[in-house]
Amino acid sequence: MRLEYFQLIDRVVDLDLADRRISCEATVPSVSTVFEGHFPGFPLMPGVLLVEAMAQTSGWLVSSINKFKRMSFLASVKEAKLRTFVLPGYVLQIESKLVHEGSGYAVLDAKVKNNGKQVCDATITLRVMEFPNQELAGEMLKMAARVGLTPEMAAHG
Amino acid sequence: MSSTFETIANIIAETCDIPRDSITPESHAINDLGIDSLDFLDIAFAIDKAFGIKLPLEQWTQEVSDGKATTDQYFVLKNLAARIDELVAAKGA
Repeated sequence: MRLEYFQLIDRVVDLDLADRRISCEATVPSVSTVFEGHFPGFPLMPGVLLVEAMAQTSGWLVSSINKFKRMSFLASVKEAKLRTFVLPGYVLQIESKLVHEGSGYAVLDAKVKNNGKQVCDATITLRVMEFPNQELAGEMLKMAARVGLTPEMAAHG
Repeated sequence: MSSTFETIANIIAETCDIPRDSITPESHAINDLGIDSLDFLDIAFAIDKAFGIKLPLEQWTQEVSDGKATTDQYFVLKNLAARIDELVAAKGA
C-alpha cells in the first residue's frame, strides 16, 4: 500500500473474467504518517482506507471487464462493516465480485481478509464512464501495469 | 400481478424514502420527486433486477444531451414504465 499516494493495492493475484471476480493483495505499511494521528500509541489502519481498498479492487475488475476503455469512479458504499482492527504490517487479501453491470454503473460485493479471516466487507457501486482525458487513461494503464494487471490479462482473464 | 408502474413506484418509495402516495404515473422522477442521479442508480439497479433488463441510462442521457429526446420521455413514470415494458418485450422476443 502506498498510503501517501492513495494507491492501496499492491498486486492483482487472480482475475477471473468468466466468473467476474478479482483478488488482490496489499500489505499495510509498518510505518506511515497516517498512523501518527490514527492513533497515537495505537496505530490502526483507518476504516475509510479499507473501504477505498475495496473500491480500488472493484475498480480494477470493472476496468478489466471494460478492457481499460472506461474509468470507474466510486459512487456509493452500502452495508460497510469493519469487523476487526487492521494493524500495520498486516497482509490483506481483497476480493471483489461483480453483482450487476448496469448502463454506466456497476455493483460489486467486496471483502477484505487477513489470514483467511474476514475483516471488512461492503457493497460498492461504481459509476463507469469515458475517461475525462487521455492523460488519465494513460496513467491508469501505468498503474494497472504496476499492480500486475495488463491488457492481456484483461483480455483473457 | 402488479403493474409495471406499481413495481417502479414501490421501488422508488423504498429506495428514496418517498411516500408511496405521492408517486403517480404523471410524476417526473427528477422534477417532481427530486431524485438525483445517484439515487437513480439505486433505482435502476432495483429495476434491472426486478425486470431482468438493463435500463439504457447512458443512451437516454445522451439523447437528452443531444436534444433528441426530453427527460419527460424517460423520467415521467408512466413513460418509464412503457420503456420498461418495451425492454421486457424485446428481451422475450
